Amino acid sequence: MPAPPLEDRMTRLYQQESRRVLATLIRLLGDFDLAEEALQEAFTAAAEQWQHEGIPDNPRAWLVSTGRFKAVDLVRRRASFQKMQPAIAARVEAIADHNADLAERQIKDDQLRLIFTCCHPAIDPKVQVPLTLREVCGLTTEEIASAFLTAPAAMAQRIVRGKAKIRDAGIPYVIPSEADLPERIDAVLAVIYLVFNEGYSASTGTTHTRPDLSNEAIRLGRLMLELLPDPEVMGLLALMLLHESRRAARLSPEGDIILLEDQDRSRWNRELIREGQQLVQRAFAAGNVGPYTIQAAISAVHAEAARPEETDWNDIVGLYDVLLQAGGSPIVELNRAVAIAMRDGEASGVRLIEEILDRGELLDYHLAHSARGELLRRMGDHEQARLAFTRALELARQEPERRFLTAKLRELKADS
Amino acid sequence: MKYMLLVYGAEEGWTEEERHQCMLDSMAICEELDQQGKWIASSPLHPVTTATSVRVRNGNRQVTDGPFAETTEQLGGYYIIDVENLDEAIEIAGRIPPAKIGTVEIRPLCPLPEVETQQ
Repeated sequence: MPAPPLEDRMTRLYQQESRRVLATLIRLLGDFDLAEEALQEAFTAAAEQWQHEGIPDNPRAWLVSTGRFKAVDLVRRRASFQKMQPAIAARVEAIADHNADLAERQIKDDQLRLIFTCCHPAIDPKVQVPLTLREVCGLTTEEIASAFLTAPAAMAQRIVRGKAKIRDAGIPYVIPSEADLPERIDAVLAVIYLVFNEGYSASTGTTHTRPDLSNEAIRLGRLMLELLPDPEVMGLLALMLLHESRRAARLSPEGDIILLEDQDRSRWNRELIREGQQLVQRAFAAGNVGPYTIQAAISAVHAEAARPEETDWNDIVGLYDVLLQAGGSPIVELNRAVAIAMRDGEASGVRLIEEILDRGELLDYHLAHSARGELLRRMGDHEQARLAFTRALELARQEPERRFLTAKLRELKADS
Repeated sequence: MKYMLLVYGAEEGWTEEERHQCMLDSMAICEELDQQGKWIASSPLHPVTTATSVRVRNGNRQVTDGPFAETTEQLGGYYIIDVENLDEAIEIAGRIPPAKIGTVEIRPLCPLPEVETQQ
């Protein structure tokens, strides 16, 4: 009988280790492309050698060490027929006789360095997200392109542009200094949240969610928290976990949207909720709560209600008030208006939404129109509700949302 | 790594006193960078009205006044520095006085290919 197939174990190891090994190789080599090539060669070498000798005790250390030597080979081989950038060549020669520090902490720091590098403010924000997904999360260019509905060639170009910028502009692989950290953390958190949202509520396309992206965002959030126990990092992770806890309940088997108040709450993931709630408490205890923590706290209030009628809307309105003070946005105002409608009655909510629209804001945001439509429908003003839903439908770009709005319009017709 | 810091700003945006103070502050930064071995060159430039453009087309040299781009911000000076990485270049760029009212563009110098030198 053959032993459990090595191939399967190798595949699993590749999935678990390749990104970690890559981050460390990038730090050691200072060059993305060389590190990627060295990574592939290290895995090829592993596949051969481990077949005879078995998998070593610390495969990660083996892979990093082999990757380093493969990089030296690659550079020497290349140098024979083309001129290598002298700085890289010198660096590779230097590390060849140097022992890589492979403490667990160091490996994780390497991944964090890589996140900060990919989210450096000198890189175009449109490039930061795909670059992070490619280099830190290990998604293929095709996967990223399909997540953002872009042609793979165009996405590949964006990623190449990002890597060239890092190399040529001399963006360092470092965790920013204490002084720069607050500003730089914000950029990283924003990228992580964008990745999460793209997975939780895809902005376009035929499906509403892409769980792989959300899971990657949560993994990055955990990694950030492990190294930087900043309250806002806790807040963002909590927010993502609390949203994620409802994933199974927010879509019907047909892929249709189910609103929060109509969701089967027994399908909410209690474990994720508990973890999210604990993180919110930790963030509040640490003081200095920011927008992610407040949004997580709002989500936690919803999670606490066993039935929709038990929701503490007064608490939620209060948290939205804090969020507005901390520098709100029209979207925060819209959400607060809905909370006020739930607490004080639909008319107050409609008034607040119309104030936002009258200022010329959110006019093209389909959720502003659908929220107004829903409140008007509940007030019995079907004519105005129909107009609002029609406008929302014109603006919505995502199939499940369009189906939801179409169903609402049909319902209104049936009622009148 | 070597970087060029290109200082752009509105040429009319300064009083004589401010311009003088800016020179003193800039010179102090250069002095400091020089002591750390990070300064290579720097200079303010005369206003863009003194500029001359040269083009050679089909072997003919054309000399004209200006470039006179349609922008309000003009190149007013430069620094060439040798520092560890972009973050350090950003830190220095942020301390240059004109950064407060204009823009400092950071450009890495492109290393020249190693050419066989003729003995």
